[in-house]
Amino acid sequence: MNLEVHDATLFTAQTPLKLARGGQLGPITIHYETYGRLDSTKSNAVFVCHALTGDAHAAGWHPGQAKPGWWDSMIGPGKPVDTDTMFVICANLLGGCQGSTGPGSIDPTTQASYGLAFPILDMRDFVTVHRALVAHLGIKKLLAVVGGSLGGMQALQWALSAPQDMRNAVIIAASSRLTAQNIAFSAVAREAIMRDRGFAQGHYLEQGTSPDAGLSIARMMAHITYTSESTLGRKFGREPHKDDLVHGFGVDFAVESYLKHQADVFLDRFDALSYLYLSRVMDYFDPFARDDACRLIGADPVAVLVCSFSTDWRFSPAQSLRIVAKLERAGVPVTYREIDSGMGHDSFLMPIPPYHDVVRAFLTRAVSQIRPATSLDDLGGRS
Amino acid sequence: MSTRAERTRVDLGLIRSWIKPQARVLDLGCGPGTLLADLATHKGCTVQGVEMDLASQVKAMARGVPVIGVDIDKQLDLFADASYDVVIMSRTLQAVRYPGVVLRHMMRIAPIAVVSMPNFGYWRNRLRLLGGHAPVSKDLPYQWHDSPNVHFGSSRDLEDLFDQIGLSILKCVALGADGHISRAPIRSRNWSAGAVVYELADQRQPLPSAGRR
Repeated sequence: MNLEVHDATLFTAQTPLKLARGGQLGPITIHYETYGRLDSTKSNAVFVCHALTGDAHAAGWHPGQAKPGWWDSMIGPGKPVDTDTMFVICANLLGGCQGSTGPGSIDPTTQASYGLAFPILDMRDFVTVHRALVAHLGIKKLLAVVGGSLGGMQALQWALSAPQDMRNAVIIAASSRLTAQNIAFSAVAREAIMRDRGFAQGHYLEQGTSPDAGLSIARMMAHITYTSESTLGRKFGREPHKDDLVHGFGVDFAVESYLKHQADVFLDRFDALSYLYLSRVMDYFDPFARDDACRLIGADPVAVLVCSFSTDWRFSPAQSLRIVAKLERAGVPVTYREIDSGMGHDSFLMPIPPYHDVVRAFLTRAVSQIRPATSLDDLGGRS
Repeated sequence: MSTRAERTRVDLGLIRSWIKPQARVLDLGCGPGTLLADLATHKGCTVQGVEMDLASQVKAMARGVPVIGVDIDKQLDLFADASYDVVIMSRTLQAVRYPGVVLRHMMRIAPIAVVSMPNFGYWRNRLRLLGGHAPVSKDLPYQWHDSPNVHFGSSRDLEDLFDQIGLSILKCVALGADGHISRAPIRSRNWSAGAVVYELADQRQPLPSAGRR
């Protein structure tokens, strides 16, 4: 698999990004990776949108790393997002902390990090930036936009606001409108971060502090919502962390040790301000609230696949069905599957055979639709 | 002798001939999407399927047919009133829990419904019952204990249900045991037909304009 890593400055101080909620931002550099090869007609490109704490490294191996990209089970040669036939792009989100411009980046006007001066973002801003990257790559129409969780929300927003950009969209374990419970979880995570003294009103980078306790708590709690009771039960049960339970307030049960490990790993790779900014985008996301939400996609239908997982209680099948109903009623051809899985929200990252069968069938069909034109072109048959 | 697939094809061929070009078609229990793929390709129809069986759904997807995997018994609320021109249910009504509820949904979703169902009153089925056994035939190919079918109504039973709900039969074609259109008189269908295909409209609604084929 041909893996490439790039950075692209898509907006500058002179040509800033105009933000959906007003204001502007520039320069913006986006860190992205690509897998596979773009065909001669540039028609086989698939844009993969990552989840809240994901990054541009979706598949393959970086030298020296212990783990492949976060969606390596889905993307690669012969996998459902098949890099033998598709050219895959995955970019770190605007507002992120894994190579793209975010609140931890240096504001050129102050020469200090943006901190809380970074603008509040909107799902539409992510889409505007993704579109700029696609244009930068000279691609006119994507074969598909694919995403899970927050990535699925980006795919949905993109399909609604610029359906002409894509032939297909795959929206997995996502929601078109967070429930009160979702927002409540998000609120506790934000409170944990912002009440940490190390947060220093968002100036922790200059002050040399770090809201580690707050970010750990946010991650541990969120992580529980990504799993299911049965997953945690199967994996840990009530097993002690060491040989025997010692009865105290320290890490005593295996599940506690697991959560602590998750938090520690997370602190090494994620920034508290990015967590605030990106999770807040999800809270406010409600594209169907607009009466004309489906005007564009209704006029220029994109084939949409929506997938949910039976034990996902973070973004439940009911939330996916709401997306299905809205799109179906707008005349969009929709395929929907609820996958049986005991693994909760995180199921979307797992190689569950029926799940992969469905995504593979959808994308194989997508490739077969562009193939005749592509092969003609490759033979120089179109003049 | 015809295979099951061939029998289904006769059934579907008949239904296909009834569907107008460019129609918006919803198929409840669309299986591998054979009919819908055909309607989309050859009649320019806008098609949408509903199918719970994963293997069938994946086959339909490979044909480019959009399929929503929801439970026909519980989740038809998903579809808006009058959002399709025709709703099809081919050999599935006998396998849903409440056929009357599903039929009412169908008439809510589209002005025309096309329904086919195996006929439990077919004379060979009656003979088998007289012989002391539950019917097994080409139209009812399952043993009593492993059948997905939960209702065993005759065509007359089904027509009584249509009447009760307020559905008029616009067209009605009987299929023989060989799966082809029966040569027996149509009025004898309750004993001569292995299955019957109906086109239905809501009696309370004005009949749709002429021009249906």
